[in-house]
Amino acid sequence: MKGRARLRRVLVEAASVALVVVLLIWSLTPVYNMLLIALDPDEGDIEFEGIVWPQDPSLHSFHTVLTQGYWLVADFWHQLGNSFFIAVMTMVLTVVIGSLASFALSRMRVSRGWWLVNAPLLTYAVPASFLVIPFSRLMVSYGLANSLWAIVAANVTFATPYAILILRQYAALIPIELDEAARIDGASPVQIVRRVYLPLMAPALAAVGTFALLLAWNEYVYQYVLLSSTRNMTVAVAIAQFFNTDEAPWNYMMAASLIYSLPPIVIFYTLRRYIAAGLTRGAIRG
Amino acid sequence: MSSVQQVLAGAGVGHRLRGAIWQPRVHGSELAWAIAFLVPYAAVFLAFVIYPVTYALWMARDPSLYGDLVSNPRYVRTVVNTALYVGLGVNVQMFLALVLSGFFMRRRWWIKALLPVFMLPWALPAIPAYVSFHWMLIGEEGLINSLLALLGIQGPLWFQDRRLALASNIAAYIWKWLPFWTLTFVAGRTAIPQEVYEAADVDGARGFRRFAHVILPLLGNLYLVCTLLCTLWTVGDFTTVAMVSEGAPAYSTDVLATLGFQYSFDAAQPSLGIAAVLSALPVLIPITILLMRALHTRQVQL
Repeated sequence: MKGRARLRRVLVEAASVALVVVLLIWSLTPVYNMLLIALDPDEGDIEFEGIVWPQDPSLHSFHTVLTQGYWLVADFWHQLGNSFFIAVMTMVLTVVIGSLASFALSRMRVSRGWWLVNAPLLTYAVPASFLVIPFSRLMVSYGLANSLWAIVAANVTFATPYAILILRQYAALIPIELDEAARIDGASPVQIVRRVYLPLMAPALAAVGTFALLLAWNEYVYQYVLLSSTRNMTVAVAIAQFFNTDEAPWNYMMAASLIYSLPPIVIFYTLRRYIAAGLTRGAIRG
Repeated sequence: MSSVQQVLAGAGVGHRLRGAIWQPRVHGSELAWAIAFLVPYAAVFLAFVIYPVTYALWMARDPSLYGDLVSNPRYVRTVVNTALYVGLGVNVQMFLALVLSGFFMRRRWWIKALLPVFMLPWALPAIPAYVSFHWMLIGEEGLINSLLALLGIQGPLWFQDRRLALASNIAAYIWKWLPFWTLTFVAGRTAIPQEVYEAADVDGARGFRRFAHVILPLLGNLYLVCTLLCTLWTVGDFTTVAMVSEGAPAYSTDVLATLGFQYSFDAAQPSLGIAAVLSALPVLIPITILLMRALHTRQVQL
């Protein structure tokens, strides 16, 4: 019996090592493919020559993108700035609007009706990509055509319902007695938000903020439709523009893609600890 | 299972709040503040959800549009694609996420070290990731087929075959979002009190039995909520299909989001495009209501 148990344990360990290897390959192959193409020194059209290893690796394409040395990346830095503006504004507004709404819904007990408390989720009944056309016409009437704020508005609209959901779940873990004690001490609701609610909610706010930031960095279709001029374009749209030309230099495209991928990765791994904590504690409990 | 149930009972199961539809429990200046806190979100909701949705419904108000859609084989095929894309994309993803979340709960250093790498697809922006998938699979000399060639296998032309192209889109979508849902389930498992595991141990429930009788009942509602939320998000997914297969071969892998886009912009028939996407509402609205109910149940049950 003992030998069998040991064999079983060895088999389980071997299987989990195998799974680790499979998951590593699964997660990294597309990233490796980006590097493989970006490191190709050839300017102009690259033929896919069946290479699995960079034969003559060169940082030339990264240099070209960073110095804006090709017409498709001529506004790269400006466009990266646009992407940053949209992402940061989306993050800030989602956190501010979401935390205020979640405070009112979960701590002030405005209503117990399930439909009112969860009404923000109705947003997801009509997915974002379905609303591009009415949204773009709307933006013209709001005077926000070809404006980065239009993208921020769309992102905030679709990030906030999830943010409120997560924040409400997390808030349910904080004893309501804290609010009541503060209230007895004469604190106004604004002071309770600032002194009690927000500090205790910090991990959930980090999780929600990162979610909003990644949503903005992932978003494409609104940026594509709503931002028409090259100056107002974002990097995501600029990258997709490479497909519109016949002999586009794919190594530049991949170099731009890799550079564009760095900011969210850095932010994500910096905040990772908080994200796990923010999602963890609210996940099962209501 | 008695001790497990005791622990659960101790966690406070029971009363379901059956509140009135509108039952303010705050008064005076408190209520004023509550409303003030809700105003920013209410404004966003009215200006960017209610208004565009109403506008969309108004644009697609002509019933003949729907007749045009149904009589078009391309629309019918797109509906089938969307059902496959969502059905497989969501369910395979959720199942894998649930299984992998259990794997990531194991206390081994190499599994802990894998987690940050495994999260990478979530942090990687969608456009670069999907463009990479596109180049990885295109033609005879993309990375995947080159790797297969090393093994002496002649890889298929992924985007020349509808099934393979559809599968490529689904795989890319799962690649991108699996970490997000896995992390959610890891969070859910972490939130299960240690006493529950200990109680299950005392009762001799291990391995599959522990999963089926202890973890699944506890995670069941979270699984349902995630599945519903993921379904809503997947139906609206545009970027994957637009970038990975680009609808190839010959528009046969389009989903509703990309079809609506093409009708609206390439064919300059915005009303038809909107009608195409809005035709999913009879499915999406019940899912949303189910999601809201499931969240409410969860809130008071455990």
